[in-house]
Amino acid sequence: MSSDEPQQTIHDSTAPSTDTREARIGEGVDDRFNSRLREAFGASPFILTKFDEFMNWVRGNSMFMLQFGIACCSIEMMHTYAIKHDLDRFGAGVPRASPRQADVMIVPGTIVSKFGPRMKRVYDQMPEPKFVVGMGSCTISGGPFQEGYNVVKGAEEIIPIDIHVPGCPPRPEALIYGVLKLQERIKNGESSAVVVKPYELEEFGDLPKDELVQKLADQIDEDDLVMRYNWADSP
Amino acid sequence: MSTGTEPEVESELTQPASGTDEAELEALLGDRAIAREEHLNAPGFVINPNDVQAVLSDLRNEAGYDHLSCVTAQQYEDRYESIYHLKKFADPTDELSIVVPTTSENPVSQSAEPVFRTADWHEREAYDLIGVEYEGHPDLRRILLPETWQGHPLSKDYDQEKPQLVTLTEHQNPIQPDHRDAESDTMFLNIGPHHPATHGVLHVETVLDGETVADVEPDIGYLHRCEEQMCQSGTYRHQIMPYPDRWDYVSAGLLNEWAYARAIEDLADVEVPEYAQVIRTMGAELCRIASHMLALGTFALDVYGEFTATFMYTFRDREVIQDLLEDLTGQRMMFNYFRVGGVAWDLPEPREEFFAQARDFLNELPAKVAEYHDLITGNEIFQTRCIDTGVLEPDVAKSYGCTGPVVRGSGVDYDLRRDDPYGYYDQLDWDVITRDGCDNYARVLCRMEEVEESAKIIEQCLDLLEEWPEDERDVQANVPRTLKPDADTEIYRAVEGAKGELGIYIRSDGTDKPGRFKIRSPCFSNLQALAEMSEGEYIPDLIASLGSLDIVLGEVDR
Ligand code: SF4
Repeated sequence: MSSDEPQQTIHDSTAPSTDTREARIGEGVDDRFNSRLREAFGASPFILTKFDEFMNWVRGNSMFMLQFGIACCSIEMMHTYAIKHDLDRFGAGVPRASPRQADVMIVPGTIVSKFGPRMKRVYDQMPEPKFVVGMGSCTISGGPFQEGYNVVKGAEEIIPIDIHVPGCPPRPEALIYGVLKLQERIKNGESSAVVVKPYELEEFGDLPKDELVQKLADQIDEDDLVMRYNWADSP
Repeated sequence: MSTGTEPEVESELTQPASGTDEAELEALLGDRAIAREEHLNAPGFVINPNDVQAVLSDLRNEAGYDHLSCVTAQQYEDRYESIYHLKKFADPTDELSIVVPTTSENPVSQSAEPVFRTADWHEREAYDLIGVEYEGHPDLRRILLPETWQGHPLSKDYDQEKPQLVTLTEHQNPIQPDHRDAESDTMFLNIGPHHPATHGVLHVETVLDGETVADVEPDIGYLHRCEEQMCQSGTYRHQIMPYPDRWDYVSAGLLNEWAYARAIEDLADVEVPEYAQVIRTMGAELCRIASHMLALGTFALDVYGEFTATFMYTFRDREVIQDLLEDLTGQRMMFNYFRVGGVAWDLPEPREEFFAQARDFLNELPAKVAEYHDLITGNEIFQTRCIDTGVLEPDVAKSYGCTGPVVRGSGVDYDLRRDDPYGYYDQLDWDVITRDGCDNYARVLCRMEEVEESAKIIEQCLDLLEEWPEDERDVQANVPRTLKPDADTEIYRAVEGAKGELGIYIRSDGTDKPGRFKIRSPCFSNLQALAEMSEGEYIPDLIASLGSLDIVLGEVDR
């Protein structure tokens, strides 16, 4: 039986299949594996590819998202996971509560000074390779709160971001598009952009002893991790 | 209806003897009242910073002002000032402002915390953002900004460009070598700020004794987006309205916009056309349903891990509402639909289609609510988890300034839509839901029944809108291009948001931007009661109680 003669049981009959197993397989050598796919690949059902490429392909098609809700955008993110939009269709819809089990972090909202170090810590806890989707204007520039005294002017000041999805909030469709774009990049083995001048977590003792540091010296231990925000240099 | 002349009219209506009332108050305060002030919403008394406790407790015990709805602090050129906005739970239109000025050099005033528990957080916030210090406060620390922050950002001499340091190791590490400290048998546990059960970026510092919660302290400020600063730097006419959408962002946008709209319309004396009020009422109630649906879905998630069915069902219903709201306003969440003096535009064309869709939704709603009762409230596991857990006695709720479904679940009959009517609510037929259970179960039932009441309201609004004569469909009043209310007019106005009393205090300074814009967030006050509700209970009950408070961090932190 050749694969371009469609088997009636599969194609044009709606009658319940009552054939025995033997009858379905047909006579002679067992050719259950014969298929259009096999024809396309030739005699042997093997695909030769580079391991790296294979891994990239796998990675892009099985992404575990970090369950990470920050602000308004996280509501639309939940809608993206939930019915109707159902991000799971694209192999990217398993929200993980622990960063140690996640590959992708969607940053859905405004980052403020107090949350910055925590977000950095959560990001650091994710295993490599990891990817970040910045959702909403807030993660691009601080969005509507750009001029706030407490608002980090974009998540990229703290962690590298692969894909920015603009909008306030982006519609679920837009987020899906962003995730698909990320998958495309991962499959092509592209790596994330490098942050120009990130805020880092540093040990307090390592900071240059300027006025601010001296003032806080008796409140903070030498080896405490701190993040220093130089607001005047922010874009 | 919200009109500029409302305060006088109202006080005549609700307290026929309003004159004597003030005389009584004057007598009660005696010479502790050093001056008088008039706010648009309420009479104000100026008192000395040392008399705060005495005056407030007299007002509460003798005159019945049992609701400290908000504490507003602000800095003038020559002084600092804290305003205590008092109300009565029995009659929220009976308002009073207690103004406490302090000098610029020594901004210290007495704390109101011993009288009203809710003053605890409100005064911490005032200290954090403005820099007023409260003597006798049990724990005057920063609340929204990190402990290491320098300066008070809403004070006059704050320089936003200065660098700031924020520590990561601000809290005890939960995985210390052995979770116990040497003397006691308790264990310290950090929940959040990144945790699925905290509904956003809330950090709950918990001390456990075995499985029992010994101490709870919510640590907030992980989403403090400077909303008040943003509103103070926007013009009244157009630039402020987009922000309210982002306070309580679970699709409750129109309810929040209404808070601002109501305050500014009363301040600038704008009369809103009735047709616009009906549209507002309908839109706001759609938002309330969407918001309560989310509360229900996430609560089920918290309580018995129901991720698939209940959660998805509530999201299915939210999608329908969001579609309706999108047709109406053009956006799914951040509507920016209200305008000062009305709404942005009329219902979408073809109107019949909109009405049909809205009615479809309303027709299906009863069956859906029944389904939720089947799935959730009728579920034995759910009942075991919720009944008699997270108990919040009415008196405790009142002293924490709780409002909304939280206080109505404790049997306090307080709903601003009825008690301080605005919009079209007083001409429609609906009921305020209260429950006497005081527990998590009562709060959930309260929300579910409120959904049905909202549906009733929407139905009536649809009827009205459908029959509204075509040539009387005014969606906006005539409002000047720039609004400049007279300098030093002060107003505090609240509406019933999805979570409770959402109030706005505005002081105008004669320009087209507010001199002070203060947001009274219901979640901020409600969350304070968490410790009261969960201490001594098991840790899963803490999570359930937190869920039943239905907080939104955008509104807690602003
Ligand atoms: S981008 Fe807009 S919707 Fe998203 S978090 Fe920022 S303010 Fe909220």
